[in-house]
Amino acid sequence: MKENIKEKQKKGMVRDIIFLGIAIMIAIILISLFPDKREVITASSWEFFIEMIWILPAVMVLMGLFAVWVSKETVVKYLGEASGIRGIFLAILFGALPTGPLYVAFPVAAVLIKKGAKISNIIIFLSAWACIKIPQEIVEFQFLGLKFMAARLILTIIFVVIMGLSIEKIIEWTDKTKVEGAKDNAGI
Amino acid sequence: MNITAIFINIFAGGCLIFSFLKDRKKTKQSLLGAVKSFIRILPIVFIIIIFIGLLFGFVPQTQISKIAGEQAGFWGVFLIALVGAIMHIPSLIAFPLAASLLKNGASITVAAAFITTLTMIGTITLPLEIKELGKKVALLRNGISFIIAIVIALIMGVIL
Repeated sequence: MKENIKEKQKKGMVRDIIFLGIAIMIAIILISLFPDKREVITASSWEFFIEMIWILPAVMVLMGLFAVWVSKETVVKYLGEASGIRGIFLAILFGALPTGPLYVAFPVAAVLIKKGAKISNIIIFLSAWACIKIPQEIVEFQFLGLKFMAARLILTIIFVVIMGLSIEKIIEWTDKTKVEGAKDNAGI
Repeated sequence: MNITAIFINIFAGGCLIFSFLKDRKKTKQSLLGAVKSFIRILPIVFIIIIFIGLLFGFVPQTQISKIAGEQAGFWGVFLIALVGAIMHIPSLIAFPLAASLLKNGASITVAAAFITTLTMIGTITLPLEIKELGKKVALLRNGISFIIAIVIALIMGVIL
């Protein structure tokens, strides 16, 4: 499994570099065709490059640190048994910690299901992992401002919690009707 | 260099020192991870930077605001949300991209919809999600996420 992920990352890297080469070629062709646009293009690219290069290494360091210090076992241990408001809070908190891309969270969520964690908490945890991550919020603050970031953060938390609770209800409801259907079929 | 950048660099540095004092080996391991993921993300960072430059250079603001601006209406938002759901780029890169769209005449609703679907929904990772969590949970999560992303975006357009 681990080898598989490594292999995939390698392939992804090669693909990204090929795309980068294509992007550079397109840019060079366009700029040589329209030399008067050169200044606008380089100026805006440069501006964004500077903004990102100041922030990306620090974000990466934070993610690296948390990935090592907050292990999957810790998450499973705390989230496995938590319920109620505490469960929701912990699900958001663990999801928000700066720890890796979403596909890392799926296996964790699968273990949580097996351990009997609430579906609502798992959904909230996954969604928080996907879109309430601390490094993301920092970068969003940097590029889009405090008001935009704060409004989107608060709205996302509210709706993610609502979504988690409703998906739990839907799953409970469909499971129940399925069990009843099975009973009917068995002639009970 | 602005205040956010200074703050996050100080914060990361502080965490790093704290971690180093507690456990050298773990810190080394985490730095190695940081370097690796930084290198992995770099090509996409450059692609987006080039894209933003070309966007500023060649696409007139009137064009962007027609497709993604205030007068784009519901279907504009829906379309951009769909693009965000399908696109597979690291979310960290999505923010500068959204910022450049906003600067060029896109509306807040569109920017919010794009970021929210991009981060919340993974079409590329969907097979993995189905495998690990089952079809029902995975499809419900992604489907409802799309709806709430649009709702969040519409609310943001009203309040901001």
